[in-house]
Amino acid sequence: MANTTEAEAMAGAKKRKRPHEVNVFFALVGIALVFELFGWFVQGQSFILNTQRLSIMILQVSVVGIIAVGVTQVIITGGIDLSSGSIVGATAMIAMSFAQIGTYPRAVYPELTDLPVIVPLAVGLGVGLIAGLINGTLIAYTKIPPFIATLGMMVTARGLAKWYTKGQPVSFPTDSFAAIGVGMRPVLIFLAVALLFQLILRYTKYGKHTYAIGSNEEAARVSGINVERHLILVYTIAGILAALAGMVVAARGLTAQAGMGVMYELDAIAMAVIGGTSLSGGRGSIVGTTLGMLVFGVIISGFTFLRLDAYYQEMIKGVIIVAAVVADVYRQRKRRMEA
Amino acid sequence: MSEFGDVILRTEGLTKHYGGVHALENADFQLRTGEHVAIVGDNGAGKSTLVRMVSGVEQPTSGKIFFDNAEVSFANPIEAKEAGIETVFQDLALADDLDVPSNIYLGRELRYFNLGPFSILNEKRMFKKSIEVLEKTGIKIPDLKNAIGNMSGGQRQCVAISRSASFVSKLIIMDEPTAALGVQETTQVENIIRGLKRNGVPLILISHNLRQVFNLVDTIWVFRRGKVVGAVDAAKSDGNEIVSLITGVKSNVHENASYI
Repeated sequence: MANTTEAEAMAGAKKRKRPHEVNVFFALVGIALVFELFGWFVQGQSFILNTQRLSIMILQVSVVGIIAVGVTQVIITGGIDLSSGSIVGATAMIAMSFAQIGTYPRAVYPELTDLPVIVPLAVGLGVGLIAGLINGTLIAYTKIPPFIATLGMMVTARGLAKWYTKGQPVSFPTDSFAAIGVGMRPVLIFLAVALLFQLILRYTKYGKHTYAIGSNEEAARVSGINVERHLILVYTIAGILAALAGMVVAARGLTAQAGMGVMYELDAIAMAVIGGTSLSGGRGSIVGTTLGMLVFGVIISGFTFLRLDAYYQEMIKGVIIVAAVVADVYRQRKRRMEA
Repeated sequence: MSEFGDVILRTEGLTKHYGGVHALENADFQLRTGEHVAIVGDNGAGKSTLVRMVSGVEQPTSGKIFFDNAEVSFANPIEAKEAGIETVFQDLALADDLDVPSNIYLGRELRYFNLGPFSILNEKRMFKKSIEVLEKTGIKIPDLKNAIGNMSGGQRQCVAISRSASFVSKLIIMDEPTAALGVQETTQVENIIRGLKRNGVPLILISHNLRQVFNLVDTIWVFRRGKVVGAVDAAKSDGNEIVSLITGVKSNVHENASYI
């Protein structure tokens, strides 16, 4: 008996583990170095020391990164959001239709052109808010699995995007709306969003309750946390962030198409999971997701650098997603065995 | 017995049926301020069912619960908490990924100022207060910032108990608090219970350990097959009497028991 208690005491005194973010950071550096070696020996140029390549890479992943900030929070509660990509499409179409210039003869609302940028912004964020609110309410009160609820939203929002103009793209935005996507602004928007939610998750009641619900929903409930209300809030925030990403994409491309954002939800989930957010809930951080985003970007950019066929890239993306989830499951099992 | 005050908790004909299963039948139970009672009985005797209704986890099929001089019907555990009843559940209500202060203050976090859900938490104060709470209960945990999932069963149980003990105002319920613990940790938990006794906090303890029950409580309630079969003054009884009540060798002590 003395032995057991001693062993238990030792188990208790066990040091805190190194934060998972550190591992992801080393993985990021390692992967970049592998491509650097390939660069020297195969391409005869540096992979990392190329600011143009780096800025294109960061720009590409930042838009999905904005979505990933919301998706990370959803996954921390133990849920999932498959609707982000479709919300991007629906928001791009609807917001753009309120941002068209008056000199364009075939505007969606010919009498509503040249509006101040706040109008399309508010409408767009409103679309995300409503979609997220519906997701959250369904999940919290009907108790259907988040996978199903957001799958329904994924199909519905995509349908909305196509129906809105009967499949026609919406183009010719005002300069002020187009300005959202100019230059490195998408990256700045991502950084602002990421910093804000890193602080919120770490220092506020919202953050604490998000982790608590993902960790043990029943414990959260008997501790007096209004789990339903909280879940609605989390999914609503995810919807709003997806909408923000949708407007950035549309502004950057100067056009909105119903097919925008297809598969973004999976890229966002992959970034979160690569960054150490556990699909079983309770663990993850925005810092981790940001690193996961960079890992994702470096791999895609690296394969382009090696002139790998775009079809291979898609296949490899799929492998990365599955590998990240397998790694998560393995970590969980190891942890449970240690406990 | 004059050492106890007024009745704080009383149930009248409390009954719980799960479909055809009669988990609890017409239970008349009571507890006075300052009194520590144990509920003993075989598996399925209705012990947990009674406390689950008192703590608001389940609602009675019929019967009444009076708490603090008023009839109550708790729709959920939060209402019971608000009324002053703290419960340490058998399956610990802890969030494994959070650290010790976050668990102790889960659902009642201390904040710098109120911004609704985005209120900024006063982690420093929660950390300091947690140290005080744990010191008061005599529990040593090397690293409070460690996630509670990385800790031993005993440490987890102690955190769960200290959490309830530090917020309790009128009644604390513990459902088999030492079932999964080693000797040393069991002693710690028993010391916490003695501390509650000194502070006059009434306790309902569910336990299978008769030695522990005789050591800790004033009154032992024996349940058998969903019915109350006796309430015995721990000081005037012995293990044999309790065992014969639990197994049904002896019955109908209810009327002549020293307590009643």
